[in-house]
Amino acid sequence: MMPESSLVKDHYGISVKCGAPLLRHFNQSSLPLHGNTNAQSAFCTQQNVPECLSHINQEVSSLGLRTIWTELDESSDLNVVTVLNCMHDLIQLHRRSLRTLENMEVEQLKSSSKLDYLQLSTTRLKEQLECSKRENTGLLERERQLQQKVKSLQNCLKNEKEEMQKLQNMIASRATQYNHDMKRKERDLNKLKERLSQLLVDKKERKQAIDVLNNIGRADGKRSVWKTEKTEAKHEGEMYKTLLSDYDARQRDLVLENAELRRVLHQVKNDMVSLLRLKKLTQKGVQNERDGTQANSEEEQEEEGFEPGKELFSVHASEKLTNSIRLQWRRLKSHVEQLDSQVSLAQVNAGKSSETTPRETQEEEVDKLKLEIQEYKDLIQTQQHLLQHQLSSSCDEITSLRNDGYMLQEKERLRGEWKTLEGQRSIFERERKNFTEAAIRLSHERKAFEEDRATWLKHQFLSLSPCGDPKKLMLSNPTGETELNLQLTQEKLSEFLSDSASTPKYRSSSSLSTVDLHHALHATPENLLIKPKVKTTNTEESRNLWEDFPILQELSEP
Amino acid sequence: MNFSEVFKQSNQLCKVSPDGKYLATCVQYRLVIRDVNTLQILNLYTCLDQISHMEWSSDSLFILCAMYKRALVQVWSLEQPDWHCKIDEGSIGLVSSRWSPDGRHILNTTEFHLRITVWSLCTKAVSYIKYPKACQKGLDFSRDGCYMALAERRDCKDYVSIFVCDDWHLLRHFETETQDLSGLEWSPNGCVLAVWESCLEYKMSLYSLDGRLLSTYSAYEWSLGIKSVSWSPSSQFLAIGSFDEKVRILNHITWKKIAQFEHPAIIDNTKATVYKEIEKRPAVSSDEMSLHDITVASSLFSTQSKYDISPLPVQIPVVKPDPDRANPKIGVSALAFSSDSRYIATKNDNMATAVWVWDMQKLRLEAVLEQTSTIRCFQWDPRRPRLALCTGNSKLYLWSPGGCVSVQVPAEGGFQVHSLNWHCSGDSLILIGKDQLCLCYMDADQNNE
Repeated sequence: MMPESSLVKDHYGISVKCGAPLLRHFNQSSLPLHGNTNAQSAFCTQQNVPECLSHINQEVSSLGLRTIWTELDESSDLNVVTVLNCMHDLIQLHRRSLRTLENMEVEQLKSSSKLDYLQLSTTRLKEQLECSKRENTGLLERERQLQQKVKSLQNCLKNEKEEMQKLQNMIASRATQYNHDMKRKERDLNKLKERLSQLLVDKKERKQAIDVLNNIGRADGKRSVWKTEKTEAKHEGEMYKTLLSDYDARQRDLVLENAELRRVLHQVKNDMVSLLRLKKLTQKGVQNERDGTQANSEEEQEEEGFEPGKELFSVHASEKLTNSIRLQWRRLKSHVEQLDSQVSLAQVNAGKSSETTPRETQEEEVDKLKLEIQEYKDLIQTQQHLLQHQLSSSCDEITSLRNDGYMLQEKERLRGEWKTLEGQRSIFERERKNFTEAAIRLSHERKAFEEDRATWLKHQFLSLSPCGDPKKLMLSNPTGETELNLQLTQEKLSEFLSDSASTPKYRSSSSLSTVDLHHALHATPENLLIKPKVKTTNTEESRNLWEDFPILQELSEP
Repeated sequence: MNFSEVFKQSNQLCKVSPDGKYLATCVQYRLVIRDVNTLQILNLYTCLDQISHMEWSSDSLFILCAMYKRALVQVWSLEQPDWHCKIDEGSIGLVSSRWSPDGRHILNTTEFHLRITVWSLCTKAVSYIKYPKACQKGLDFSRDGCYMALAERRDCKDYVSIFVCDDWHLLRHFETETQDLSGLEWSPNGCVLAVWESCLEYKMSLYSLDGRLLSTYSAYEWSLGIKSVSWSPSSQFLAIGSFDEKVRILNHITWKKIAQFEHPAIIDNTKATVYKEIEKRPAVSSDEMSLHDITVASSLFSTQSKYDISPLPVQIPVVKPDPDRANPKIGVSALAFSSDSRYIATKNDNMATAVWVWDMQKLRLEAVLEQTSTIRCFQWDPRRPRLALCTGNSKLYLWSPGGCVSVQVPAEGGFQVHSLNWHCSGDSLILIGKDQLCLCYMDADQNNE
């Protein structure tokens, strides 16, 4: 109801209000919209009412409202109803627009608050994103480290597995070896058991025995000796002699080697000293002065150690020698390093031209060397010619004859020596042959003698009484053997004696020492002791036996 | 190089006398003595059973023939064929028989190694040695023939006894540091005795002649240890070959290792020459084959071979041994020094077709010979640095520092060379096949090179 009341109120001021909007329309920018009654005179005045009316009509029609005035209406008075309607419409319109404006403002507020909210949330989310990214990289880093650890642990595991495999293989091979050995021992044991049982069952045991036609002499021809303490001591002595001679020889070799090495070291030191001296002469004066004092003291040291022949065996001297060598070596090294640096500097500074000069110098050197090689080759050839000439020359006859003469002399001498050696060798061969032949003969004779003896004894036992004359026994030897036979086999004699158990006279022993023989001879002169053991096949030695045992000689001679 | 004709032999028993004049061979139960140069039969002896072992005495006058099955030993004299000697061990059996260095005593080892009987041919006396150890090499004579070292085992402990060979006097008797002694060997100068353990532990002990322990050497623990041992003729070096395919050289002054020779499968970065045997089959053109060709050329069916120098790197064929078997075929099983101690030849069992020759002066590899089949035997010439080897085919191979040569043994019906022995003068070689033997005479000018 407000608009009506306002309309009623404004009924009288319409003209005034009309003027105001008109003015407002014209000066919209400078005038405020709401309730500006001050500018009511700007749009409509008493004079321009129809124009204002037509203008307002146009405006209203453009707004889509009913026109307030038509041209058919001739009265200048406005149709108040239409004008009021128009005003009402306008006010509605205005209200509507205000409402929409409010709505839009509300909407705008809402959207701006939403926008703010969204901005806040985006910043928060961005921060969160950053945070999580950082966490992610951290986690990735940890994962990488853990993976590396895993790899290394896997490697360790592989190594440990390999080690274990190796140990297992080793244990397996040892086990197979042990099993193999054990099986072998078990087989041996079984064989032993079998053999033992076989032996226990087997009645006739074959005994060990040796059957030799005749004993052979020792390889070195000497008699064997009985084992006594003296021989034991001799063996010990010989053993220690062998060891000592070996140590002596070794020590001699080492001494010679040491001397040689010391000599070489001295030579090296001298070479180094001379080298350094040369270099010192070519160096600048400043350096000389600098090193001069040092060198003097060193040279003094060198002078002291300069006695190659004398103090070879003192530790002090050898220490001095090695120290001086080390010193020289160090100086040589530093000098060479200096030279190297100088050369590199020179190379860097010189540039291209210097690159060609070393090449040129190299080529010059190569040419020089080639020339030298040619010269040496020529020299060798001429020397060869000379040598050939000398060998085949007949001009210097005297020296060649002399040489030939010496050669012939040597040859003759060697031939003579060779002849004597050959003669000796043949003599030895012959002697050995004789010995062996004698052995054969002896063995044959012994056999024959034994047979005869057997038959003779048989005769004796059958014919004679036990207390027969020993002399007669020896004399009536049918073969006429005058030599004492030297050895009887134990078996044969024991056989005879077992057959003839009633003859205590014929005690025998095949292994008696000479001492025992003497005792026996002195103790029981009536018993004939037969044949002491003598290890020789030489007939001459058998004659010696006669000399040793004159009693037997007496007994056998008639 | 001349080859003699082929003769029969049994049991690979062919030995030249120590003085180099006679050759003794066994054919079943006969002993045949020939002159070395003319190969005429000088003497023929008949034994009572098939001969298991034959040996010359040191003065070349007597020969020992042992028949293990019947526990008999017969000794024959070269000068008096009528002389005979028979040793019967009886029920106690016979496992090995050998001469003493003076050539007048015979040492018989009974079955089960119960004892060693020492028979004297001078006095028919008998001595006994108790508790000998049954191992790879339990008995060794020193080179000058004065002393004998014997390994004994009493109460589960190892001992070594040193006897004086003159009168079999026991010089020293001492316990060794070993758990299970496997072998012992005198140094050539007779002053040091090397004693080594079984392969379960790598341990080499060195004893002086008077029984003092000089040093022990152990390269590593737990794995299989020593496989082969050899002294250098100058007594300066002791070479030890082991299951880890390496050879270690000890020196006689400090008894420490001075060199280690390895046998890698790929040879590279060395100044050595590698000789490879190449077989080339002869071209057979059937049209031109005449009767003459067929009868004369036994080389028609045998392949010619020559040596080529292989450029480095070279790969040597390796055969991995069966891990489940005892005494695996891996490691250095054969070592030999040349007579001047300048070279050493080695063979690694899992590279059995190759022989490695090392220079002892420079302590590095000198040459490798790669053959087409497994190497059976190699031996150095006793006078000069020349190595002869055979691989079971009909060829003889020789290496010297100047080069390498492969020679076909001209024998009808094919002659497979199983082992070889040099004559003591280095002028000839005895080639031994399965049941044949052949002599190879070197040329005089070859020898003088």
